[in-house]
Amino acid sequence: MALSRLTSRSNGISRPLSTAFGRFISTDTTPITIETSLPFTAHLCDPPSRSVESSTQELLDFFRTMALMRRMEIAADSLYKAKLIRGFCHLYDGQEAVAIGMEAVITKKDAIITAYRDHCIFLGRGGSLYEVFAELMGRQDGCSKGKGGSMHFYKKDSSFYGGHGIVGAQVPLGCGIAFAQKYVKEEAVTFAMYGDGAANQGQLFEALNISALWDLPSILVCENNHYGMGTAEWRAAKSPSYYKRGDYVPGLKVDGMDAFAVKQACKFAKEHALKNGPIILEMDTYRYHGHSMSDPGSTYRTRDEISGVRQERDPIERIKKLVLSHDLATEKELKDMEKEIRKEVDDAIAKAKDCSMPEPSELFTNVYVKGFGTKSFGADRKEVKAALP
Amino acid sequence: MWGILRQRGIDGGGLSLRRTRSASVSARSYAAGSKEMTVRDALNSAIDEEMSADPKVFVMGEEVGQYQGAYKITKGLLEKYGPERVYDTPITEAGFTGIGVGAAYAGLKPVVEFMTFNFSMQAIDHIINSAAKSNYMSAGQINVPIVFRGPNGAAAGVGAQHSQCYAAWYASVPGLKVLAPYSAEDARGLLKAAIRDPDPVVFLENELLYGESFPISEEALDSSFCLPIGKAKIERQGKDVTIVTFSKMVGFALKAAEKLAEEGISAEVINLRSIRPLDRATINASVRKTSRLVTVEEGFPQHGVCAEICASVVEESFSYLDAPVERIAGADVPMPYAANLERLALPQVEDIVRAAKRACYRSK
Repeated sequence: MALSRLTSRSNGISRPLSTAFGRFISTDTTPITIETSLPFTAHLCDPPSRSVESSTQELLDFFRTMALMRRMEIAADSLYKAKLIRGFCHLYDGQEAVAIGMEAVITKKDAIITAYRDHCIFLGRGGSLYEVFAELMGRQDGCSKGKGGSMHFYKKDSSFYGGHGIVGAQVPLGCGIAFAQKYVKEEAVTFAMYGDGAANQGQLFEALNISALWDLPSILVCENNHYGMGTAEWRAAKSPSYYKRGDYVPGLKVDGMDAFAVKQACKFAKEHALKNGPIILEMDTYRYHGHSMSDPGSTYRTRDEISGVRQERDPIERIKKLVLSHDLATEKELKDMEKEIRKEVDDAIAKAKDCSMPEPSELFTNVYVKGFGTKSFGADRKEVKAALP
Repeated sequence: MWGILRQRGIDGGGLSLRRTRSASVSARSYAAGSKEMTVRDALNSAIDEEMSADPKVFVMGEEVGQYQGAYKITKGLLEKYGPERVYDTPITEAGFTGIGVGAAYAGLKPVVEFMTFNFSMQAIDHIINSAAKSNYMSAGQINVPIVFRGPNGAAAGVGAQHSQCYAAWYASVPGLKVLAPYSAEDARGLLKAAIRDPDPVVFLENELLYGESFPISEEALDSSFCLPIGKAKIERQGKDVTIVTFSKMVGFALKAAEKLAEEGISAEVINLRSIRPLDRATINASVRKTSRLVTVEEGFPQHGVCAEICASVVEESFSYLDAPVERIAGADVPMPYAANLERLALPQVEDIVRAAKRACYRSK
């Protein structure tokens, strides 16, 4: 299986438009050590240290990218209500720290695969806002040419394998990518992300068993936001200690609202997986929105709970406090940054709105790589037909 | 408008007693003061009544209880019957479907909901190998009185993994019964029949029909109401061309029939109601009358429901056909997300009209 070729390795997030905050502090990589808010809880392994190495650059980067992700998701909410986005739309606001922390310690050769709450993961892998909004609105410049939709974002050149609608399916797939990485001796790992709802899926345990038997570099990342659609974790799982559910597979429980804890855990996991095979990371996180835009999110949890998490554990607020306490920027500078981000998002939306819908001929493209000229048909087979190339 | 043909209820072997009704055709579908009911309420009331009548009937699926149902079909049932009759499951179709089939083996009557039939693929081994074939393999010792229900086919903008129609797949399996309601009356009568049926029934609903209202007769509102399995309904009488379809496409076919009537073509619209058993008798009788056939379905064309209907007609009524059989189906591609492509991927009323005119050798 051909793997993507990357011309550069980067440890940080590659952001096409990351020069905006050059005004404040551009390339200051003064090292900073950050303590995670909570200790790690370990299963069958020794937990990593709570002291996380970072830099001023990274701290500001974290803030900016998470604020961008947050703004993007909120904007998607409005677009959905305006009926510019159709079908399903699952938003990630609240969970940004997981996407950001993971990207900070991996390369574009390490693979990520996730379920349908994939907009921010795509952005973290180097996707652009324009591609996101164009895809959400079903336009031809979308990352899947408008043919996939919200749940089916991919970025193969950054080893991001989607974007999957069927709960749990992405986990065996992720272990398969890890299999391929080991097969070609790539020295890379795969992060297969899933939720607490998917954690009970049988196929997960089947894939984990094989990964452990064959020492595959699979890292299973459970984004435990405590609700599988409308069902709280205690109603779906006899054991909601997801980091322990691998039984013979080691695991780590991580504060998923703390980007630095996530970073440390992912670094630890990558080192482990390359030497010892699979490991499970449970990210204790939270989604502010309901399961999707069709779910108000308030029939199965209280508004107090939601606002409580927002007040006590919001991942962006946490980074903001760190930025301020380390004197890396002032309140006003951060506010200006947020204003710029808003504009960046608005500009991307405006551009995406102007993008045209896919050509009708795109109905028949990409069915196969090699179609042998097979006939394919539209709804009226005598009127609309095509030969698949 | 279209006539309502009320059919005599004739049982296949071994079914419980049904009320027989006299056959009558009324010229109007609306009587003075007639009620309307949404498909959603029809399904809800059907499950409610069958649970009330038989304590062995229970409901199982994701979000069916406390959430009131992902599409609100099971609304109020948990409050009314309690957690011993309505079970919220984890997101584990293979597991809970297997458990449901096992419960049916032991004599209970589960109504298993798939949030959409796309997710039934996780459980398809149990539907086919554990449920459909058991009565045969055990020579009648183990029957499986289970209903698998949920929305099937395309919704709006839900993409490739959430839009497939499974009618052809399930209807090809001996041992399964496969039903597809269109109207509120269909929904009530067929679901009640399915729950009472001693065999495994795949009950294919349609998300976009849930909110649609249909007139419903007093008879259909009665708690003993039931529709026969295996009988199609002639929704609209006609003499020039037969249009056969099921589920949401029945509505499209009726609209097409209106348009065709304006051009002097009288179309007969058949609502299959039952994909397996397929009512070959009604279909063939109609084609022998009109000599022309248009079949319509939302699913993929190759090896589809329409293909079987066409084969049946060509086999049994070949000399009556005056034109080639026509198939209108979903496009032969995974469902695209973009709105314009999605529209091209699904049958539209104009496609049905065009095919019917072709069958009548009329130019566009």
